[in-house]
Amino acid sequence: MEYFLQQLINGVTLGSIYGLIAIGYTMVYGIVGMINFAHGDVFMVGAFMALIVYLALVAIGITFVPLALLVVLIVAMALTALYGWTVERIAYRPLRGSFRLAPLISAIGMSIFLQNYVQLAQGARVKPLPPVVPGGHQFGAAEGFVVNISNVQILIVVTTVALMAIFTVIVAKTSLGRAQRACEQDRKMASLLGVDVDRTISLTFVMGAALASVAGLMYLLYYGVVDFYIGFVAGVKAFTAAVLGGIGSLPGAMLGGLLIGLIETFWSAYFSVEYKDVAAFSILAIVLIFLPSGLLGRPEVEKV
Amino acid sequence: MTEPMLTIRGVTAYYGAIAALKGVDIDVAKGEIVTLIGANGAGKSTLMMTIFGSPQARDGSIVYDGRDITRMPTHEIARLRIAQSPEGRRIFPRMTVLENLQMGAAVTQFAHFDEDLRRMFDLFPRLKERVSQRGGTLSGGEQQMLAIARALMSRPQFLLLDEPSLGLAPLIAKQIFAAIGELNRTEGLTVFLVEQNAYHALKLAHRGYVMVNGSITLSGAGRELLEREEVRAAYLEGGRH
Ligand SMILES: Nc1ncnc2c1ncn2[C@@H]1O[C@H](COP(=O)(O)OP(=O)(O)OP(=O)(O)O)[C@@H](O)[C@H]1O
Ligand SMILES: [Mg+2]
Repeated sequence: MEYFLQQLINGVTLGSIYGLIAIGYTMVYGIVGMINFAHGDVFMVGAFMALIVYLALVAIGITFVPLALLVVLIVAMALTALYGWTVERIAYRPLRGSFRLAPLISAIGMSIFLQNYVQLAQGARVKPLPPVVPGGHQFGAAEGFVVNISNVQILIVVTTVALMAIFTVIVAKTSLGRAQRACEQDRKMASLLGVDVDRTISLTFVMGAALASVAGLMYLLYYGVVDFYIGFVAGVKAFTAAVLGGIGSLPGAMLGGLLIGLIETFWSAYFSVEYKDVAAFSILAIVLIFLPSGLLGRPEVEKV
Repeated sequence: MTEPMLTIRGVTAYYGAIAALKGVDIDVAKGEIVTLIGANGAGKSTLMMTIFGSPQARDGSIVYDGRDITRMPTHEIARLRIAQSPEGRRIFPRMTVLENLQMGAAVTQFAHFDEDLRRMFDLFPRLKERVSQRGGTLSGGEQQMLAIARALMSRPQFLLLDEPSLGLAPLIAKQIFAAIGELNRTEGLTVFLVEQNAYHALKLAHRGYVMVNGSITLSGAGRELLEREEVRAAYLEGGRH
């Protein structure tokens, strides 16, 4: 029982990180209909940004952790968002309206570029971060079992839930969110109503990148190390999460992220660590056989 | 002489290598209702979209309210108090009726949203009943009402309507034409509309144009065109309607 609870906590933490990244895949897919394969690497850039900003803050003597984390969060979000914007601007926008595979190829190129760029600029070796948020809580000592929740885990889950709530409200209730959904559903009509489609698409990349950078910061705090390659694996997992939840669906990305995190953790805990990725992908395959549009994806029923 | 609202001169437009508009001249004065009729594939909808820069005119010029908009991006044109209910209605299928109307009001910064919403519900009570239903599940006629209401939500001074009566029961179509006439008389709304329902449209209009194969072949006062033999033969089934 205690083992189960412990794994549940670990799985939810991991799932939060996947979910934050998955939102970027799903929003971009929704609005431009392409998989932004460079998104995982934008997450990686975000993790590096967080590390660099944190070290810089320490260097200038800001060591009060809550303040430092808040500054890191904001600065890393802003800088990574700039990367997201730039990627869209140079790799995708010029290809809008060309054949369908073109932006996909460009995305893969962008992904390789970002990896190599970070490898060159930061070195290929793993970069460590000393524990920033120490401590945790123990439960159940009285009942005779012990479950640990670290403060980092609490921070990750709380931040994720808050950001997801904020983004859900943005997409559902604000003018920007409506413009995004309008571009998703009928780009030409949106422009007839005064929506600047290019700008709206740019902002979508910016939002996705900002969330990915938060995921990067969380990853850094949780694992304490980053390298230029983390974007690939995490990107594939988050992409899987987005597809599992139903690509294009915001709640789907969150649910998918959570599920992939849980599956991976429980599989490692009860079966074998080596096959945890196989487990995640197998479940994806099985779900897609029965629900081709994912768990919360939309089946086509409207008349248009 | 009345002030011009829209002046189109020698406009051509292409889909790839195919010319859809072959040198079109059209004038719409402020406060006028002008109707464009023509056979299927004549280029009417293309002209409506070309006014909005999508596709852009290759030659010629489009001047709207004293401003050359020939090369302006679509979304900037849409912010000049000109609105369109386009061919095929193009309701956002996964947005509610209310959200569709909010999309229409976006260019006004929602300055008089509640008031305008009430006006639309007075004009189309059906939309009020359906306010939180998703656009894609509305009936064809309800979608048509929503498309027109969405265009009006931007408080346009110039309204483009591409086949507003399409798919509507005759009674509702009549109501819509009456509403357009009313807005024109009371608020001075200038209207440029494309119609298959040539009889009603020409009766409503001050002036009309006939388009054949990407060019304007006839123009004149609405009722005058109705009397023309070639118009009656081609667009009014020999006078019956
Ligand atoms: N997106 C497009 N790509 C290629 N050709 C097009 C496109 N849209 C329209 N056309 C062609 O341009 C011509 C004019 O089309 P348009 O839609 O303007 O006609 P219309 O007068 O509105 O006809 P209808 O009364 O049937 O609506 C047609 O021959 C049509 O096939
Ligand atoms: Mg047409």
